[in-house]
Formats: sequence, C-alpha cells, structure tokens
Amino acid sequence: MKILSEDRTRILFEKLTKYIGVNVKLLIDRPDGTYCFREKKDRVYYISERLLQLAQTVKPDHLVSAGTCFGKFTKTNKFRLHITALTYIAPYAPFKLWVKPSAEQQFLYGHHVIKSGLGRITENTPKNQGVVIFTMSDIPIGFGVTARSTTDCRHADPLATIAFHQADIGEYIRSEDTLV
Amino acid sequence: MGRKAKFDETKKVKKGPGRKAKKQQDPVFKKGLLDDDKEEKKLSHRQKQRAARRLKKKKEIQEKRKALKEAKKNPTQETEQTEEATSCSEDETPKGFTDDNKEWLKPKKATNKAKDPESDSNESDDEGLGEDENDASSDNDESENEEKEVSKKSKKENYKVGTLDDLFHDTDEEQDETLNDVEDDDTKKPYNSDSSAESDESEKDDDDDDDMLPIEKANIKLKKKQRLEKKLADEEMQLNIAKQDVFAFPSEEELQNPTSLQDVLQRIKDIVAVLGDFNRLKEESRSRCEYTDLLLKDLCLYYSYNEFLMEVLMQIFPVQELVEFLEASEVSRPITLRTNSLKTRRRDLAQALINRGVNLDPVGKWSKVGLVVYSSTVPIGATPEYLAGHYILQGASSFLPVMALAPQENERILDMCAAPGGKASHIAAIMKNTGSLFANDANKERTKAIVGNFHRLGVVNAIICNYDGRQFPEVIKGFDRVLLDAPCTGTGVIAKDPSVKTTKDQKDIQRCFNLQRQLLLAAIDCCNAKSSSGGYIVYSTCSILPEENEWVVNYVLKRRNVKLVPTGLDFGTEGFQKYRHHRFHPSLKLTRRFYPHTHNMDGFFVAKLKKFSNVIPEPVKDEDDEEAEQENENGDGENEVNKQNGDVSPETKNKLKAGAKRPAKADSSQPQQKKQKPNGASPQTPSAASSLTANQNKKNQKKKKNKTGQKSEVVDKQDHTSANSTEQEKTNGDKKQNELDTTEIQGDVSTPNNKVTLSASQKRRNRKKNKQGQKGENKVNKNENDSATIIKPVTSKEVPNESTLDREKNKGNTNASILNSTDSVAGKKRKNKKKNKESLIITKESTSVSAEPQTVQEGDKNQVTQTTTEVNLNEFNKNIQINTSGKGSPSKKKNKQSQVQENTNKIEQSNKDVLNKESPQTKDTNKINGSDQQTSNESSSKKKKNRKKNKNKQAGALSQINKNENKVTETVEIAAAKKLKNKKNKQKQIGKLDSNKGMKKGVDKKNFKRNKPKGK
Repeated sequence: MKILSEDRTRILFEKLTKYIGVNVKLLIDRPDGTYCFREKKDRVYYISERLLQLAQTVKPDHLVSAGTCFGKFTKTNKFRLHITALTYIAPYAPFKLWVKPSAEQQFLYGHHVIKSGLGRITENTPKNQGVVIFTMSDIPIGFGVTARSTTDCRHADPLATIAFHQADIGEYIRSEDTLV
Repeated sequence: MGRKAKFDETKKVKKGPGRKAKKQQDPVFKKGLLDDDKEEKKLSHRQKQRAARRLKKKKEIQEKRKALKEAKKNPTQETEQTEEATSCSEDETPKGFTDDNKEWLKPKKATNKAKDPESDSNESDDEGLGEDENDASSDNDESENEEKEVSKKSKKENYKVGTLDDLFHDTDEEQDETLNDVEDDDTKKPYNSDSSAESDESEKDDDDDDDMLPIEKANIKLKKKQRLEKKLADEEMQLNIAKQDVFAFPSEEELQNPTSLQDVLQRIKDIVAVLGDFNRLKEESRSRCEYTDLLLKDLCLYYSYNEFLMEVLMQIFPVQELVEFLEASEVSRPITLRTNSLKTRRRDLAQALINRGVNLDPVGKWSKVGLVVYSSTVPIGATPEYLAGHYILQGASSFLPVMALAPQENERILDMCAAPGGKASHIAAIMKNTGSLFANDANKERTKAIVGNFHRLGVVNAIICNYDGRQFPEVIKGFDRVLLDAPCTGTGVIAKDPSVKTTKDQKDIQRCFNLQRQLLLAAIDCCNAKSSSGGYIVYSTCSILPEENEWVVNYVLKRRNVKLVPTGLDFGTEGFQKYRHHRFHPSLKLTRRFYPHTHNMDGFFVAKLKKFSNVIPEPVKDEDDEEAEQENENGDGENEVNKQNGDVSPETKNKLKAGAKRPAKADSSQPQQKKQKPNGASPQTPSAASSLTANQNKKNQKKKKNKTGQKSEVVDKQDHTSANSTEQEKTNGDKKQNELDTTEIQGDVSTPNNKVTLSASQKRRNRKKNKQGQKGENKVNKNENDSATIIKPVTSKEVPNESTLDREKNKGNTNASILNSTDSVAGKKRKNKKKNKESLIITKESTSVSAEPQTVQEGDKNQVTQTTTEVNLNEFNKNIQINTSGKGSPSKKKNKQSQVQENTNKIEQSNKDVLNKESPQTKDTNKINGSDQQTSNESSSKKKKNRKKNKNKQAGALSQINKNENKVTETVEIAAAKKLKNKKNKQKQIGKLDSNKGMKKGVDKKNFKRNKPKGK
C-alpha cells in the first residue's frame, strides 16, 4: 500500500470529478475519520487511516485488499473506475439516469442504455457527462457516460444510445476473478 | 373445479381414439370378479323383501317390549323367542343360501350399514354382497386366502356389533356372528372353541335371565361381548406378535448376491426394528454384532458411503436416528439468503423479491435477517437485488457462528477462514461497517471471492489477507473477537457435497483435526483477553464428527486459558461430553450441535470460548497428545524419530514409563507458568525440562524398538496404552486426570509410585542411571523452585536424558528450544524446529514488550524476519508513510532509527518535534535490546546484509524520495479537494506544488498539525 504519486492522484481526482463533481471533497473530508487513497499493484484503494494502520501490519504479499477498491491504472496510465467504487460514487452523483425494468437486464449484461430503456434522467445533463445509472426502484446498477444531453434525449430515436456502458454490477458475476 | 377425481379405478374412460382407431370393446369379466354396486341394484327385489322383514321384526320387537313392560311374563317371551328363531330360519331358507353361509350372510348385511366408512372397501364390498351365492363363494375364497385378515375382520365386526343401539336386535346377530367367526377361522382352534362356548353360554343366559329387566339383560350381554372382544383382541395380538415377520438373517448367498436396492432397504428397516427390541426379536445364535455388521454393509450399499465413515456415524447416532440422518443427508436443504442490513431491510428485500416472482418466508424467529426461498421464477443468484448487494445466498447454519460471536460495533474482529466471505460480511453488517474486520483465508484463489462479496455487499471496514491461519498470531494479535470456521471433512453437508461419503477416511479426519487444533490455538492466541468488550472466540465446523468438534475444543481447553461459555443460541442439541472412550470436559455441554434431520439445516457445530488470560500455559502432554502422536507415528513419523535418536544410549529404555506419565506431572506442578524471557543464560523451567525429557523418552522408545530387545517391546506396549495388565494402573491414573481435568498433584505422584512397584528390576536400573547422570540432575534441581519435591522422583529417572538436553543447548538454543520441544507434540515436528524457534523467540519478544501497542510489535517482527530486498523496500515505504503522516509511531529498529533521524532532519523541524514527542526513549531502547537479542539468535550474516542494504538506500534514494514524493502526494490529496472548489486554479496549483517547495512545506505543516491530535 503506497501513496499515490502526484501525477496519478491528479488523474484519479479528475476521473472522480467527472462522476461526482465537487463532491469529491466529501470523500476526503469526512466526519468519521480521515480517509485516504492508497495504491497497490496499480489498484487504488480508498481506506480510512485507522484501517490503513492495521493493514500495514500485513505483509504486502499477503494483503489482498483493504478498504474499497476504486479502480486501477492502466498500462497507459489512465485511471479506470471499477464497479466496486459504486458504493461511494452513487450517493454523491449529481447526474443520474434511471432505466426501465425492461432495460435493467440489458444493461446488466453490459449493453449501453438506449432511448427505449430510458426511464428518467437528471435535468440539464450535458453530453459526455459521467452518470450513475439506477433502476426505477433507485438501486444503483452501474455507471456510464451520456451520449446525448438531456434535451437531445427528448428527440432521440428509440434505438439511439443515450448512455455508454462503463461498469455495471453484473460484473460481480461476469468477472469476479478480475474484479479487483 | 379441476379434474374429477377418479376414485373408481375400474371405470376408466378411454380418452380418445388413440393410436388404434377402432375402439376396443369393454373387457368382459366373470361375474365373480366384478363385485360392484350394479349387483346391489340387481338385488333390489330381495332387498325389498328384507326391508319388509326388518320392519316386521321391529314391530315384533316393539310389541315384545310392550308386552314385557306390561306383563313381564315368561311364557310369552319364550314363545316369542321361538317364534323369532323360526321366523329367522324361515326367512333365510328361501333365499337359497348354501348351508355354510346362510347363518352369517344375513347379519352381515345388517352390520354393513352400521359399519364405519373407514373399513376397507374390500371388506365392505364382500360383506355387502352377502346374499349372492357367487359373491359368497368369492368371499370364502378371499377369507381363505387372507387368513390374517380374518381375525381382524372378526374383531371389527364384534366391535361394531357392540356399538349398535338396538340390543335386542343384536341377540341373534351376535350368535350368528360368533358362528360366522367360528366358520371363518377354522384354522384357529382354540379361539374357535372359545367363541362357540361363549355363544352357548349366551344362549343359556338368555334362558336363565328372562326375569331380568331388559336393560339388565342388555348390560350382561354387553359385558359378555366386551369380555369376548377382549379375549379375541388378546389372542389376536399374540397371534400378531407370533406371526410378526421376525427378520430372518440372510444366508451367505443372499448377502453375496443382493437382488435389489428395495430389498436392501427393507432389510435395513428390518434390522433397525430388530435392534430396537433386540432381546425379543433376535435370532438365536446371532449376536448383536452380526446384526450391526450387516446393517453397516447394507447402509453402505444403499446410501453409498464408505464403510469407515458409516462406522463413525454409527458410533455417533443410535440406529434409528442414523437412518433419519442418512435420509436427511440425501435431500438438499432449502435455499436461504441473508439480508444485507448495510443496504436494505428484510421487509423491503422480501417485497422486492416477491415482485420478481420469488416465493419466500422468514427463516425463523431466531434470525432477523434470514429468508427461506421455496420457489423462484428467476435465478435467485442473479437478480439485480443480488448484484446490488442486498442479500447473499447463505445456508441457515452459517448464521449461527456469527450470532454466537455477537460482534459489537467498533471492535477489531478476525475471521480466520473467511472465504467466500459470507460469515465475515455478516459480521461487518452487524458491526455496521465500524471497527475493523480482518478476513483471512489460506487459499489465494478463494480470497477473490471474499473481495467480490465484500465489495458487492458494501463492506468497507475489512482487510482481506491471505495467510495460513496458523501463522496469524505472528502477523497481528489483540483482536476483540475471533471467528474460526475451520476447514473440516464436511460430514454435516453431505447433501451439498456427496463426494464426502466415499472419499473420507481416518487419515483425512486426522489431518483435519490436527489442523483444526492448530488453527484454534492460533485463533486463541490472536484474541486479546483484556479486551473490554470481547475476548471471545467462536469455533465452528460443518462437520458432525466429535473428533473435529468436541475433541478439538477439549484439547485447547487444556492448553490455553480459555473457558467455554454459552453460545447464545437457544436451539440445537448439546455437545457431547463423552464419546466412545473419550471423556470431555463437562462444560462441553455448552457447545451446540445442529443436525440436518432435526433442525433442517446443515450439520453444524458451534462452540464459544472466552479467553480469560493472555498467558499461554505450559504445554501439557496427555491422552490426546499421545493418541495424536500414535496416529502420526503410525504413518511416517517413526523413521524420522529413529534417525534423530540414533545416538541415544540403550539404557534409557526403562524410563519410558516415566516418560508417559511425565506430562501430567508437569501439569500439576506448574499449571500456568509464564514464559520466561530468553536471557541467554539458562532459565529452564523444570516443567519445560521434564516435558522435554518426556518427548525424548518417547524417541528413545522408538529407538529401542529397532534394537529389538524384548524389553523394548514391553515398553512399546506400555506407551501405546494397550491392554497390558501391568500397565493398567498407570493408564487408569492418567485417565482419571483427564476426566477431572484438574491439576491433581496427588494422582500424579501416585502414578509414578505405582510404576516403581510394578517393576523392581527396572527401578534398580534407574538408580544406576541416576548415578551416571547426577551432574545433569543437579542442574535441573537448581532450576526447580516450588515444585521440586514433586518433580524430583521423575527427574531422577530421567537423568540420562539430560545429556541430550545439554546437547541441544550446546547447539546454541536458548530456552526457546526447550519450550519449542515441549510445544511439539510429536517427534515428527522436530523437523520444523528451527522455524518454530524463530517464531517463538519473536513471540516472546512481543510479550515481553507487551506494554506497547500491538501493531508496533508486529512491525518489529516483520522487520526482524525480513531478509529480502523487497521487504526492505517495504519497510522504507512504511517509514516514509509514518514520517510523512506525522503519526510518529515509535516502532523503529536500531538500523532504522538512523534512517528516521536522517529523514526528520531533512524534513522539518516540526516534524521532528512530533516524532521526538511521540517516541519515548524508553520504548526505543527496549526495542533495540529486543531486536539485538533476536538478531543475535538469528544468523548474523542476514543482519549484516540488511544493514548494508538499508544504509545504501538511506544514503541514496531515500532522502530524495522521502522528501519530495511522499510529502507531495500527501498534500496533493488535500490540495485536490481544494482545487475542485475552483476548477480554474486546479492545474496551476498542482503545477505550483511541483515547482514551489515552500508551498508544499506549508501544506505539510498544516497536515501534520491536523493529524497530530489524531495520532495521539
């Protein structure tokens, strides 16, 4: 568990900002103790300082995971947000998108959200904005990037893609081994 | 609604033309075979006749009553009776009955009406057809065929007659019936005669008691009937008993050629019945053993178990219960799921799932999070709710250990064998994501499942690591609660994994319980007895074998300062206190067992232990050990032992007895001796020494065996506690101790005395030896303190062994070696000595410095044992983090201190201050000393290497890296948050941070100030 390099920290925060905007600071300034980001094998973990101290007693070879994995840095040094970050992303997300029950399953198999499956969408969502995707019963099921702004959505073709799939909770089953 | 029930099988209507276009005609049956209601219709004429007759009769009776009331005159009645009789005969004769049947056919018709609907359709049919000749004959046939039924029938009939209201009407009926019985039951002579006699009597009575009131008459008759009934019933019962199919023991041929599984099942049932009432049902000249053996084979065949496992199961369960258990193990348990209380509530989840077409119910009153799934239209493991982490599929039995553990918020909890994380996530849910949870599993592949489940379920307070559980005390200790769901043979979950049936044997079980013992000891060591809220350990397995459950718990009860406490589970059966020859501690009844056949959940065992002291008592050798040893040695252990002891003198043969008894003595003299610091000198505790010698004695034994002296054989027997008459006293003594489970000094002392008296010759030899080895003895005596008197006799016997002890010392082992040897149960373990020594030393270290926080100690340990460059790098990282975070943890080794100081110099004054404040000199010095000791024990070369490496790095990379990178990254996190407020400045600020070091420092300072109070 090492501290992120400055460069990587910047990349990480840029990415997070894309999804939860200024709420990023809520991840760091928390009332219940200090939390920090740590890196292990290119994976970024979000962990409380208290837990971190305990985790340091475990040898790195034997440490599998600590706290919550947010994502990983690719070989090209881009940050890829994993579905495991959803626990923290979903409550803070300013832009949301709801899918109809009929389209839930589609999305959970890794497909994009199309207009016919769109239930609701936050007003004034710009294009290419990171959004968290919910079911109509307000269960977060993943996140993606909007392909069209809210206004464009209104006039879109029923088969047009509204949001590109990025991660969904179906991955817990589909790719358990490569999850973290 | 729905289909019409087809109660009448004979009247099947063809559904359609089917394959054959031409419809077949209805089959034609013989008249005799078809005995259905149409016949009744045919007989309507006669029925009419009979009805008329009945009416007439009734009238007559009424008249008779009147007459009786009015006059009470004998002659009239007599005449009436005769009239009646004649009328009856007259009535019946014209119907053309055969002589045999005429008497009983008619009354049956009468009784038929009064009959219960319960009575067999068969019978009622037969009886309903009384008038028809054909039917009558068929009835006869049947009665002949079913001789058994006859008695039943007669009984029923009698009974029914008894219940009839019209008692007068009964008179002739009864007679007829008895006759009927007589005729039917020609086979049963005694009964026959009785009944006929009865009927005669009744007739007589009729004659005699005419002067009585009708009610009195009725009473008498009723009583008679009852008597008769009773008699019949008794006879019938005896007949039944006599006739009951007494299980006939199959012949050899039958056994060798089993016909079908059905037969086997039947045989199983029969044998179970026989064993249930063995005295009565057994076959002469067959012993119980033969029956059980046969049962064993049959069960193995029918349920496809291997014989070993079935034997074990037979020892656990009584036969009847065993069959239930086996049956239950064939059927899988209902699917249960646990609501993740971190994300949802059970009611909401149930609603959501019901909307998806799942049929479910709460699992029971005992759980607030469990749901049972009866049926589902969707895959229950792939619903969006599942993926969103609202629930996890988990057997109901898996709730139990966590409920027993009863985790509290803000505790530090360890799940030692966590994969796939069901129980661990349950713990986290109960803690509400506070505190910290260590989820450990030895299998790296399986830890991935923990990661997946934890993230899915939103568990954020967990550290997932991959250690062998036995090494966990070396990683971190001081947990408030520890859950050990140990790997086991899985005999409780045969329904889940049927391969258990055939694959497990004695070796597997041994392997399992040895591992379980070690794991449980480790789990107890991890637990902190001084925890304000905890100090509990829960041990659970999904096995039902006492070897893996009670025995393991019993084992650790003797070796650690733990006691059993109630699990807090209000159901389940109590744990065994005795099993075969084992006698466990009485408190084992506080453990809980769960069985598939009684609780409809997987077979499970849960024990909750409370640790009341962190002190590790001196290891004790007792029955358990010996057995385990035997088992181990029977395998491959012997050869090694022999090799090791190649140089031991043959004179030590005779001391074997003492060796066997030894452990108890050590126990009694020093029940809970603290470990002493390894001060290098010679602080041998006498008990340790004695136990060591005990071990050595064992080895010696083995050696002697090889030398093939007769004496050695004797000794060997003794060791194995086989039924050697001379040795029985000794074994008895040992057993006593175990039963009482207390430290009985008297018993211990007495046992060696017994030994001495047993073989005087051996004693003499011992004396000689004592002389030889007196030097060694003296040493030991010096070390003996309060328990000297007790130990003396024993040590005197074992003196020759001192030489070996000294040898070991010379090898450069301090106390640790002795302790280690006592620890090691079998000679086999000697192999691992070196490893253990190291670890032991380290653990001692930590305990000696116990005033300091655990985490720091762990750090030290790691540092000490680390040898590779990689590890050193990690150390650096740690240091870096500590420095930059400003928490000032005082866990610096000597070689690190310099490093720390360098760092602190370079970084900041404030930083330094913090460090100095927070690392009191005393602690540092303590640790340095400790590390020195350790290192002295270790190979010095390693140490040197480390130092060199450290120095190099310190000089080179460290200073720079520390200074720049770490500070920056720390600050960047905070800075980033600030940046987000005004996006424009974001890039610039980061850039500035790079270039402008003054800025960084400023931020750093702030950071430290902020963190300072937290660090404290």
